[in-house]
Amino acid sequence: MTGRFWKALAVAGLALPVLAWPGSAFAEHPAECYVAGDQTDVDFPLRLVARAIAGKQLNILVLGAGSSSLPGPNGVKKAYPARLQQALAAKLPGVAVKVATDVKSRRTAADMVKSLVPSLAAAKPALLIWQTATVDAMQAVDPDRFGQALDKGINLARSAGADVVFVNPQYSPRTESMIALGTYVENLRWVALQQEVPVFDRFNLMKTWADLGTFDLYSATKKLDMAERVHDCIGRLLAALVLDAAKLPTGPHNEPRHEPQAEGSR
Amino acid sequence: MKEKPFMAPPPVERDLRLDLFRGIALWLIFLDHIPSNVVSWITIRNYGFSDATEIFVFISGYTAAFVYGRAMTVNGFIVAAARVLKRAWQIYVAHVFLFTIYLAEIAYVSHSFDNPLYSEEMGVMHFLNNPDVTVIQALLLKFKPVNMDVLPLYIVLLLWFAPILWLLLRSPSLGLIVSASIYAMSWTFGWNIAAWPKGVWVFNPFAWQLLFVFGAWCALGGGQRIARWVSSPVTVALAAVYLMFSFSIVITWYFPPLAAYVPKFVGEAIYPISKTNLDVLRLMHFFSLAVVTIWLIPKDWPALKLPVFKPAILCGQHSLGIFCLGVFLSFAGHFVFTEVSNRVFMQVVVSASGIAIMAAAAALISWYRRIERQGTGSGPRPPAIKPGFAGDDA
Repeated sequence: MTGRFWKALAVAGLALPVLAWPGSAFAEHPAECYVAGDQTDVDFPLRLVARAIAGKQLNILVLGAGSSSLPGPNGVKKAYPARLQQALAAKLPGVAVKVATDVKSRRTAADMVKSLVPSLAAAKPALLIWQTATVDAMQAVDPDRFGQALDKGINLARSAGADVVFVNPQYSPRTESMIALGTYVENLRWVALQQEVPVFDRFNLMKTWADLGTFDLYSATKKLDMAERVHDCIGRLLAALVLDAAKLPTGPHNEPRHEPQAEGSR
Repeated sequence: MKEKPFMAPPPVERDLRLDLFRGIALWLIFLDHIPSNVVSWITIRNYGFSDATEIFVFISGYTAAFVYGRAMTVNGFIVAAARVLKRAWQIYVAHVFLFTIYLAEIAYVSHSFDNPLYSEEMGVMHFLNNPDVTVIQALLLKFKPVNMDVLPLYIVLLLWFAPILWLLLRSPSLGLIVSASIYAMSWTFGWNIAAWPKGVWVFNPFAWQLLFVFGAWCALGGGQRIARWVSSPVTVALAAVYLMFSFSIVITWYFPPLAAYVPKFVGEAIYPISKTNLDVLRLMHFFSLAVVTIWLIPKDWPALKLPVFKPAILCGQHSLGIFCLGVFLSFAGHFVFTEVSNRVFMQVVVSASGIAIMAAAAALISWYRRIERQGTGSGPRPPAIKPGFAGDDA
């Protein structure tokens, strides 16, 4: 065991100097969203988004399940897709930014793929933001089928002229012992790696918020205010990821631009 | 196949390394089962493809063959098969007991927690609304909550263990070939058992049986047969190289930007690494770990008798009870994180106390066994079926 302990220490030691790098693109965010070693690791360029921005018209489709929405009369306005639209519009003066949604709770990746073609046709997006994996984990869908559904969705989006960004599950500490996210989060990352799709690592982002005390995600509150602030932060950080990836040089191989995260996602 | 059947191994002293590593595997499974536990960084799954489950299944196969193989040679097929089935029944009862505890936890959380941020995730508790279906599916081993997949696997492995043991005793190579063929066919044809409400068993018994049977094969003399090959410097070196390769891949999972340095063809070749179907990469990682471990720690290593290893060895000797306790403790540990504190200090305290409780419970079980044996006051039973020899914990 001691050998492993030293290995763990060595891993931690490797991570520390990297974590100490200043976060670049996020300095303008309010402190509560800011996370050193931010979790939005961008490795792959969004060429079609860059082209859409140059053409002054950026359409985005958010495809997701329950955690892409908020309940209540103001739910749509306060959930992260709307916050994303606002953040992008603020950063892209002169560009018409429109975020459409195809969001319904309790949908697996395969369920979402079924409605994807008409949604793409209606929204004509340059970017598909696809939030998934939570419901697949809850229903213990066959992990292979989950991976196949992701591949299919990516191909559909690309043939409709859209780049893809994945949003992985929320960090939900109270239900952690009841939903085995690990396999699905890993499969999602593997598919993303193979298909060169950036992942917005919502899981580790929220976990870091919980560790830092930014948000009390254990809270048993029934009120919406914390949920709204979380979605606001997600929307703005997602906007930063999209803009960063759109600016990436579009060579065949991009060096990683962002520092790693401290925690594993399991 | 003309082959001299192996005799069951001579009644030598029990290989303490098996108990030691099964005990350690049980501790690691406990640590891994507590979500967001900082201490779980020390567990082997963070440093290579395989995890403690492989160790547990292999050693369980080994000890099952050790105990029931002897029973089968001495008392015949019927007696041995009956004992195996009794064991499967005990494990089933243990599983149902754990499910009850899980129900209690979920019912509590669903009443105390309703944060709108997590309305989707709370859906995992909807099954409480129709217990008529859920509980029955759980009793049928089709509905298995998170982290409760190992015992159903164990039950299925034992259900078909008697015939495969019979075959292994007659023709070890044929037994192993049959097992490997089932593994290969499960990959080719996608065999698995359906789960409820969707999907398949998290641990595919058609795939995982290979490791269990391989353990049994080693116990029945196969281990000695491959001993020279296993301890050759070339094998050890290859194993070490593979462990390094595995480590260098796994580290990119935790530091995603490093993934850019994994050549694309390597990624395409290895992903996804299926735990459900016991991916060949995981199997090779386990073999490599075993080879290096056997090389590092000889069977008669005197330090194995040191008191410092005693707690792990005791846990390994009473694996079923300690496994169940570990699952319960991981629920309880998560409950403490949720209701009391999840600070790093608390995570360390919960992890350490969990292991201490497991060790204390194992010592208690040993003590009960001793007094019960003394209490019967009967003369020595035939050594072949004397349960204490292998802790009766196959």
